Amino acid sequence: MLDLRQYASLGAALKDALERWPNETCLIEADRDREKVRLTYSDFREMARPLCRALEDADFKSGDRAAIIMTNQSKWLISAYSIFFCGGVLVPLDFKLSPAEHLQLLAHSKARFLVVEYYLWRAITQSPEFSKLTAEIVLVTEAPAGADLRGAYRWEEFRRKGEPQLVPRRREDTACIVYSSGTGGRPKGCVLTHDSYLEQCAALTAWYPFWPGVRYLSILPTNHAIDFMVGFIGPFVCGACVVHLRSLRPEFVRDAFVRYRITYVSLVPMVLKNLERGLRAKFDELKPRTRWMLDRLVGLNRMLTRRRPRIGLSRRLLPQVHKAFGGELQALIVGGAFTNPSTMQFFYDLGIPVSCGYGLTEACTAVTLNDLKPFRADTVGKPLPGSEVRVLNPDSDGIGEVAVRSRAVMSHYLDDPEQTAQTIVEGWLLTGDLGRFDADGRGHLQLFGRKKNMIVTAGGKNIYPEDIESAFDGLPVKEYCVFAENYLWPQKTLGDEMLVLVLRLEQNQQFDDRLREEIITRNRGLADFKRVGGYLVWEKDFPRTASLKIKRGELAADIGAGMTRARVAEM
Amino acid sequence: MSAPTIDHTLDEILKLAASHFKVPREKLTPDDDFFKTLGIDSLQALDLLTRIEHHFRIELPDYELQGVSDFRTLANRIQARL
Repeated sequence: MLDLRQYASLGAALKDALERWPNETCLIEADRDREKVRLTYSDFREMARPLCRALEDADFKSGDRAAIIMTNQSKWLISAYSIFFCGGVLVPLDFKLSPAEHLQLLAHSKARFLVVEYYLWRAITQSPEFSKLTAEIVLVTEAPAGADLRGAYRWEEFRRKGEPQLVPRRREDTACIVYSSGTGGRPKGCVLTHDSYLEQCAALTAWYPFWPGVRYLSILPTNHAIDFMVGFIGPFVCGACVVHLRSLRPEFVRDAFVRYRITYVSLVPMVLKNLERGLRAKFDELKPRTRWMLDRLVGLNRMLTRRRPRIGLSRRLLPQVHKAFGGELQALIVGGAFTNPSTMQFFYDLGIPVSCGYGLTEACTAVTLNDLKPFRADTVGKPLPGSEVRVLNPDSDGIGEVAVRSRAVMSHYLDDPEQTAQTIVEGWLLTGDLGRFDADGRGHLQLFGRKKNMIVTAGGKNIYPEDIESAFDGLPVKEYCVFAENYLWPQKTLGDEMLVLVLRLEQNQQFDDRLREEIITRNRGLADFKRVGGYLVWEKDFPRTASLKIKRGELAADIGAGMTRARVAEM
Repeated sequence: MSAPTIDHTLDEILKLAASHFKVPREKLTPDDDFFKTLGIDSLQALDLLTRIEHHFRIELPDYELQGVSDFRTLANRIQARL
């Protein structure tokens, strides 16, 4: 891999990567079972060059912000590279947000440029908020012939001839602004420097190296911190190959493992669970004798790999299972949300190492990762090289708030010194997650819950109650508030997290079917991963500040003390 | 051959969902939130979409399912492609 210590910016490192491995394949893009694009590093450079020149001609200046709203595909990475090459700041936005949310974050980030996929651009232009678009230059990919682009350019035609010049950036300059939450009113734009990414990349590849010939399957959205690092920056600075799938249908994902002989993949727990479900269903179909044999071999593999993975041996013991994953899989990397230990153990017992990690956007990508020495299903691993982790104010069980200090940690929240000051205290990032170091003294971190009022879905999405409350605006009740259930009733476990809508009815108002239907309808207007799971009626007025803001902490404590979880009605 | 009616498409989708997730057809109604009624996640919903594609012999990009959570809206999306 490149020696990242020599580089000051992602643009400079990626430029050298494209020159260092010209003939290696860097990117494959498949749509279902059809391969659409296959690029060498040299091809990638040739595709990016005219875009970089066009950006130069469009007066793209050092430090200009450019947002990308796209599903995983080659043009995402080519655009991101070109933005870095031209000295820009990348703002990767979640393509699953609504058009109004996209417009809100575009305005907040002050992005001058926007690169967007056609179907998403169409939705944005149809939004009633479209007039609030702040980006000056919009590039739309894959627009059909004759489509009205409302003043945007076609990405494919936004090209100029000539040799562009790399715009140098310093390590401390901003590389990306990544939103960890805040579409409901107070966006949290994590400002991450080139130093953050280069340090994080060096730390991750020290434990899980890539090399030319490695094929990384990119399933998580590239705007997600994990995929941006291990599905773009990491593989590229090592000469490896990224495989993009345009469809995430489980059948095509399974097919891609075999077709492209995948080496690594990062997953969120929901996808891992889906793979487990598929395998278990197949195992259940086996004839009793074959099943009996499989169970014996799995048991034997478990015993032989107790201390460390022995992939070669596992492949010989369970060839059919490994063949179904392409035969070259080194590890499944899982993170983004709580992962059930039994699911990880299931794969490990089949000889497929699962490395569970813990991270947050504010810390660039990962804070801890399991090094598989040995495999542990009950922890989120050890701090990565360069990361210091502390447990603050531990209780009698040793559990306290996890704090992180490293060069990978964000410098601040964009335009929000107040939230920054609450989150980074004396150089330590306060994660809001509760954990402790395992008693065995080997430095493994275990997580036990959250101190903050938020949930993380199995799909790896952080959902903050404040961000979804607007969906219930105008609800015919006196007042309402949304909480994470585990914030109301703290518990020392993770998993099964949900949001609860707390209602205060008007005097003499009854909770009737009409109100219930109204709540359900509003809830269904939210994206499926943002929905509230239950509701409860609270009998007192909400405590408020002098400026009439709800005192959420006080209200949560009152509800937690005055009611039990059993009072939450299912939505 | 003329395209089937939206009611027919909706009925076919409900039958496919019932059979795919092994629930009685009569338990499903057009306005059900299928994530909740079937207890499925978004990947399982994509699996259902594949089955629907095979049945109607059409191809739908994954994004057609974005923001869709009830059978009626799904049927409308399918109908637009028939």
